[in-house]
Amino acid sequence: MKPFTYQRVRSPAEAVAAFGRNKNAKFIAGGTNLLDLMKLQIEAPSHLIDVNGLALDKIEMTPDGGLRIGALVRNTDLAAHPRVRRDYAVLARALLAGASGQLRNRATTAGNLLQRTRCPYFYDTNQPCNKRQPGSGCAAIGGFSRQLAVIGSSQACIATHPSDMAVALRVLDAVVETVKTGGVTRQINIRDFYRLPGDTPHIETNLADGELITAVVLPRPVEGKHGYRKVRDRASYAFALVSVASIISRDGSGKVALGGVAHMPWRNETAEAQLPKGAKAVAENLLSDAKPTEHNAFKITLAERALASAISEAKG
Amino acid sequence: MTKPSEIELSRRQLLAATGASVAAATYPSAVAAQASTQTPSTARVSFTVNNTVRKLEVDTRTTLLDALRENLRLPGTKKGCDHGQCGACTVIVDGKRINSCLSLAVMHEGGKITTVEGLGNPKRLHPMQAAFVKHDGFQCGFCTPGQICSAVAVLDEIKAGIPSHVAADLNAAPQISNAELRERMSGNICRCGAYSNIVDAITEVAGRKA
Ligand SMILES: Cc1cc2nc3c(=O)[nH]c(=O)nc-3n(C[C@H](O)[C@H](O)[C@H](O)COP(=O)(O)OP(=O)(O)OC[C@H]3O[C@@H](n4cnc5c(N)ncnc54)[C@H](O)[C@@H]3O)c2cc1C
Ligand code: SF4
Ligand code: FES
Ligand code: FES
Repeated sequence: MKPFTYQRVRSPAEAVAAFGRNKNAKFIAGGTNLLDLMKLQIEAPSHLIDVNGLALDKIEMTPDGGLRIGALVRNTDLAAHPRVRRDYAVLARALLAGASGQLRNRATTAGNLLQRTRCPYFYDTNQPCNKRQPGSGCAAIGGFSRQLAVIGSSQACIATHPSDMAVALRVLDAVVETVKTGGVTRQINIRDFYRLPGDTPHIETNLADGELITAVVLPRPVEGKHGYRKVRDRASYAFALVSVASIISRDGSGKVALGGVAHMPWRNETAEAQLPKGAKAVAENLLSDAKPTEHNAFKITLAERALASAISEAKG
Repeated sequence: MTKPSEIELSRRQLLAATGASVAAATYPSAVAAQASTQTPSTARVSFTVNNTVRKLEVDTRTTLLDALRENLRLPGTKKGCDHGQCGACTVIVDGKRINSCLSLAVMHEGGKITTVEGLGNPKRLHPMQAAFVKHDGFQCGFCTPGQICSAVAVLDEIKAGIPSHVAADLNAAPQISNAELRERMSGNICRCGAYSNIVDAITEVAGRKA
């Protein structure tokens, strides 16, 4: 790890101000992704701003019957919250399918959203990687790409976003609340939060430098059967090869998003309209622009089957 | 033949003797100090470890794991992967199990930390430690301190009603079953494959508690 100075902050205003004074700063929440990457010098902040003291660890009802989840709520606590279990089961299921009990006890809502890719070449600092070192090339293209993206990728990067929670938030139409320098707040729909890699795979979200996530807001609960189907190489404690977050009504209509296939949770409303016709129709539409590699073409079949499983589970 | 607990005892006494005089001193962590060109930054932190208040001045890069092992000379907690992938470093902080390798010591100001040394000692084993011995819940023993800390916390998590990935009904109270324990313990890898005996040990303690 590179040396860094360390500071605890007590309010969001103090946090963004601290960032303003230290250009190469990073916020640290649970630390479970940032410290991992700092040990490998993939991240090398010279100043850490510890946001654990911000009182952003509450889950509250919103006036319109939704839920406001503080940025510092731990993944365990969010999954165990009675309202989340009852009304947003897709989110509880996605969280519980991720990482391990120990990691979920530390991992926070904001940190989970901002965790970085698990592309093996991003982690291997001897390899070219446009995300880690812009302009250096992409070792995954033509390399071992079994885990990587099948859709929405670019000539520069074929990485996936590893978060399970984000896939659930995408079907729930969640909104991310932030604050920037000068106290400017804004709300970003999860649909517009992540970016495709394009020519700038190192820029992963539409957050500004030093913009602090304060909460994630869920709209009022949606009727239907919630599910999160995750397919991985072992039964627990592994990232998704493919996952499906779904909310499916009795009439067969509903919402679905895929994880493990792209640089962001993958959802499209036209494909979703095909739900009553079955998994094949949805998958064909949702993945019509897919450009898999020879190593990960299996994900197309896997996605369709995972969708079929989600649909049949919903019919119960 | 020497029983494992006796080896443990003599090792621990030796370490306790060497560790006591240096408890409050500053030790740059060997790992933290590697390959750096910038000036390291230090910070003070104070937390309770196994019911004793410890005050340290550490390189800010020192993980909680390194602070426990290197600065406080509590080597029970193990470093397996140092990247959150094995669970050997599991300790209980403020009642919750965490991976001490992915947390900075300075982030735990005022915290209450329990390591395997704090759960029990060879003369007074914690029921979970005793059950691991009884059921052969280890072979080489490297993963064991992490397994035991994790197992103790798992039973508390079940008692608190925290659901798991294998719950059929998210809203029902979780049960102690083989499937539940395996899932909840999945963050602790055992290269020797002592898994079924570990689950037996935890099941026995859970039964005794119920
Ligand atoms: C072995 C292992 C297995 C895992 N398996 C899974 C899995 O199966 N599924 C899954 O989804 N995840 C998995 N994870 C990832 C885990 O979920 C993330 O590490 C965790 O969610 C990150 O949260 P954190 O609070 O620890 O973030 P940190 O590490 O503290 O921060 C991550 C990033 O977010 C930024 N940040 C944090 N808080 C804020 C804020 N309020 N505002 C702005 N920026 C902020 C930080 O600056 C940093 O860039 C795994 C991790 C490990 C180590
Ligand atoms: S796929 Fe993206 S993250 Fe992986 S090596 Fe290529 S540029 Fe880097
Ligand atoms: S040493 Fe911390 S999880 Fe492996
Ligand atoms: S007993 Fe050897 S690693 Fe578990």
